[in-house]
Amino acid sequence: MSGLSLGKNQPRLASRRRVRAVDTTVLVLVMLSLWQAIGSWTRGVAVSPPLQTLVYLVGLLQTSMFWDHAVATLQAFLLAFVLSALMGLALGLIFGVRRFAGEVAEPILAGFYTIPKVTLYPVVLLLFGLGMSAKVAFGVMHGLVPMTLFTLGAVRNLSPVLVRTARVLQLSPGRTMRWVLVPACLPDIVNGLRISFSLSLLGVLIGEMFSSQRGLGFLLVNGMAQHNVPLSTAIVTVIVAVAIAANTLMLRVGRRFGRPDA
Amino acid sequence: MRRRQAALIVRIAVLASLIVLLEMACRLGLVDPLTVIAPSDMVSSMVDQIGSGELNASIAATFSTIVLAFVLAVIGGTAAGALIHRLPRLRDVADPLLASYYSVPTFIFYPLLVALLGLGQAPLVVLGVLSAAPAVVISTLSGFDNVAPVLMKLARVHRLTPARTLAWIVLPAALPHLFTGFKLALSYALIGVIAGEFILSGTGLGYAISFAYQSFDNRTMYGVMLFVLLVAVVANGVLYVWEGRLARRRSRG
Repeated sequence: MSGLSLGKNQPRLASRRRVRAVDTTVLVLVMLSLWQAIGSWTRGVAVSPPLQTLVYLVGLLQTSMFWDHAVATLQAFLLAFVLSALMGLALGLIFGVRRFAGEVAEPILAGFYTIPKVTLYPVVLLLFGLGMSAKVAFGVMHGLVPMTLFTLGAVRNLSPVLVRTARVLQLSPGRTMRWVLVPACLPDIVNGLRISFSLSLLGVLIGEMFSSQRGLGFLLVNGMAQHNVPLSTAIVTVIVAVAIAANTLMLRVGRRFGRPDA
Repeated sequence: MRRRQAALIVRIAVLASLIVLLEMACRLGLVDPLTVIAPSDMVSSMVDQIGSGELNASIAATFSTIVLAFVLAVIGGTAAGALIHRLPRLRDVADPLLASYYSVPTFIFYPLLVALLGLGQAPLVVLGVLSAAPAVVISTLSGFDNVAPVLMKLARVHRLTPARTLAWIVLPAALPHLFTGFKLALSYALIGVIAGEFILSGTGLGYAISFAYQSFDNRTMYGVMLFVLLVAVVANGVLYVWEGRLARRRSRG
């Protein structure tokens, strides 16, 4: 995405990098002061200012209450993410190899991707009951489809030579998947994992925000209800930081796999 | 073409048989009516509620919010995209921000927005814009990037002013990309607004669903749910077909 291709001569690239570092710092400062402005403008009724939030957060990280909720969210999220990744990978490979099944399934999946899934959350609750499994199921509902679609697209756009080679070598379907399909589709799979990661996190958090007693989503809504502004601001900050860090990491990994010559 | 039609027929058959299966399971008592009600009951509940007019206020509230958020996101997002495209330094810092924007569950800002703006339409509109506008910005950037250089040369040869270049050359050329952004913006605004209403609100279709769920009124809940999903599927479907037409007209030249 970033236009790094311009750097033909080294000094120009270096100066461009320096300019960019300055600009990024300015941007971060602008955002922080905006946050500060909203905080002090509303006198901390809605959002607590950055420094205060940081202090509160440090205190919060030392309480066992926070970690109880964080672990609940983390468990549900990891389960949902792993389930959507594995199931999405399997479905994507199957639909990619069986062309006709893929053509039948793709519009259904794409349609499911764009509907407001939150309206289905009561059904999930009725099916799974209140608690962990409903959150996980809702997370999977969000994370499964992008993983499937990315894998499907990758297999479909695969160079036919690779598939023919596998056939010539008489690889079994399992080995074809393991040795040919998965390595060849790796960049797209990493991208799918990235999207699936953030969407299953979203699903789990929404699940916790609606009729739940545990987890960071619950803590956030509860903080609002009790007018504990620093608490909810701190929770939002933690979630945003974790999400951005994970996304940046996966973007890097994806880019490394994306370059065949590297 | 034959293959696509066959896929379409099989797709419809699969969906229809799933619905028939669910209907039969409900009628035979295999599924507890306290969990899922029969599809035919969902339809009749939906028709009843729309016919009686009890949903009118919710429908008006939800769709006015979605339309407002969508329009603001399209105007603001296109303007911001055009601005970022013109300023390379801004773009250098904006690109990584846009790349990781959708990894943040925007929805968690909603409680803060409610505290900031009060319970009502305002936080929902802001939430809708926050979820939809970046998609428009991203597609505007990719659309403007993909305007053929020969068109830009044409604009220079005719010595068009920047405003006219934008209106006569860049925007029409970038239209297919922009349209993809608008399509995403509509579905993101819809998802954001309805999720907001569902979690914390006093009006709208999302609220109607969560209210029915909390008062154990399954029939009403499934009726409203079906209506929302139908509207979402139809709206997205119309834009999808329209987008395909635009792209095809473009490729014909």
